Amino acid sequence: MRLLKIIGKRFSRNRLSVIGAVTVLLLITISLLAPFIAPYDPTAIDVRHTLSPPSKTHLLGTDELGRDLLSRIIWGSRVSLKVGFVAVGIAIVIGIIIGAIAGFYGGKVDAILMRFVDIMLAFPTFFLILAVISILEPNIFTIMAVIGITSWMDVARLVRAEFLSLKERDFVGAARAVGVSDTRLIFRHILPNALSPVFVAATFGVAGAILIESGLSFLGLGVQPPDPSWGNILTSGKDNIEVAWWLSLYPGLAILITVLSYNLVGEGLRDALDPRIWEAERR
Amino acid sequence: MLSYITKRLLLMIPLLFGITLITFAVVHLAPGNPVEVQTEMSLKVSAQAKENLKKLYGLDKPLHVQYIDWLKRFVSLDFGKSFVDSRKVFDKIIERIPVTLTINILSLILIFIIAIPIGILSATKQYSIFDKLSTVFVFIGFSTPAFWLALLLMILFGVNMGILPISGIQSIDISEMGAFERLLDWIKHLVLPVGVSAFGGIAGLSRYCRSSMLEVIRQDYIRTARAKGLTETEVIFKHAFRNALMPIVTILGLSVPGLIGGGVIFETIFAIPGMGQLFYSSTMSRDYPTIMGILVIGAVLTLFGNLIADISYALVDPRVRNRK
Repeated sequence: MRLLKIIGKRFSRNRLSVIGAVTVLLLITISLLAPFIAPYDPTAIDVRHTLSPPSKTHLLGTDELGRDLLSRIIWGSRVSLKVGFVAVGIAIVIGIIIGAIAGFYGGKVDAILMRFVDIMLAFPTFFLILAVISILEPNIFTIMAVIGITSWMDVARLVRAEFLSLKERDFVGAARAVGVSDTRLIFRHILPNALSPVFVAATFGVAGAILIESGLSFLGLGVQPPDPSWGNILTSGKDNIEVAWWLSLYPGLAILITVLSYNLVGEGLRDALDPRIWEAERR
Repeated sequence: MLSYITKRLLLMIPLLFGITLITFAVVHLAPGNPVEVQTEMSLKVSAQAKENLKKLYGLDKPLHVQYIDWLKRFVSLDFGKSFVDSRKVFDKIIERIPVTLTINILSLILIFIIAIPIGILSATKQYSIFDKLSTVFVFIGFSTPAFWLALLLMILFGVNMGILPISGIQSIDISEMGAFERLLDWIKHLVLPVGVSAFGGIAGLSRYCRSSMLEVIRQDYIRTARAKGLTETEVIFKHAFRNALMPIVTILGLSVPGLIGGGVIFETIFAIPGMGQLFYSSTMSRDYPTIMGILVIGAVLTLFGNLIADISYALVDPRVRNRK
């Protein structure tokens, strides 16, 4: 607990990261309360008010079917929240398992797994994702899974590096001496000590996943209309680029603010969890 | 040096093998096979016709035989024929590469020209207003979806001001233009795509250059250089920057997959006939031979990007090339 307190204190020293964290909490609240906050039904078509610019009745204007843009953006925040967390969750689980096995056993197992990581990293991520989605049905679940299975490599490398150094430490030798099994050694003894870089990578990962989801939905390979997502609202922005600038500006602004907040939190966490500065603090 | 390059080339062989294996697996292990994709549109296709198609693509053989057959043809650069227009996949990809490569090289140059001065300046004047502003810019650059930036710039320069074209790489009346006008037309079409694809890279590289410079400036030899009375300019550019440049070289190689992959979105937005756009249209029409071809070529280009980065790193740093 003392540890958490110090981390919290060190994190709050960075003003931008605190602003990021507050914004993230705010965004989560908005998406949880979407049905109560959104002024209109996000899929309600109103043919008399199509493509109307921002006004008092429609704060951010309407789209080509007369749907309220603000309501669609508020509901769209649910998509990015879900995709961000689930995709990163999948990536972390895969990354931890592969990184832990490679780092713990070393030798040939390590060499093979790390070559596998190299191979996965050689593919332009967006190509790999698009190829898989072209085969499967494009929807929110496919996207979460595909982003997850194409973005675990960084986590694997981080966890492996931690394991390589941690397994030489005395506490591991001691646990081995009393006959702790490999699985227990990996997950109960070493892993908890290897998690801090994973937290940092996960926070940046959420930002990355949200960006990828918006790109895929923009291309029509993600969340399908009429369900709103920030990416697919931008598609109608592009289709009406000559007449309705608000359809292009606001959803993108939502993406920018969200991704920026997660990145700021990630930066703050990285500094707060940096062991090099830890040592300095202790003295 | 030669032995270093040979060693790196040999290391690439298992990676190439793995790349083809994953590409093959992605397409063939998925539910539904290419024949069904081709025939699902027309219900009239008989079972017999389906069998014939399967034989044509060799889909009636066991999976590992199919893989080896495909690999054999692949090595001799026979990528098969497109499902969409029956043209050779190899030709379809090759004709797209120059456009994509031009845009990527131009944006890499732009990235280096802009990002390195920003990085050096914010490192030498750490915590100054410039440093803080550029840090803010870096975070915004990291967080901006490139396709959104493209849309905004299209609205600003294309729709509102009407000074830049918003799609394609040449005007329709290109054949009636003189050489100079053609060049101007070409530049006008490339400004937005190159600028947009460079944007994120500028943010990333300037950050990287800053931390690399900060690392170097703390070294003893910089203190020595200052102590012996060199001017600050000499210290920064002759002593510090040269050493800070080394890790930056690696970034060049590592940015290749991002640039190629990122092309999918902005080539589609700007209607640029490059590899990214071809890949997008192939995924939309489930043109598997083309998808597989581009996946492998994209990955191979990435490997070569890494190789070039490693070699240039070894060229500037003798410690690397002599390492056993």
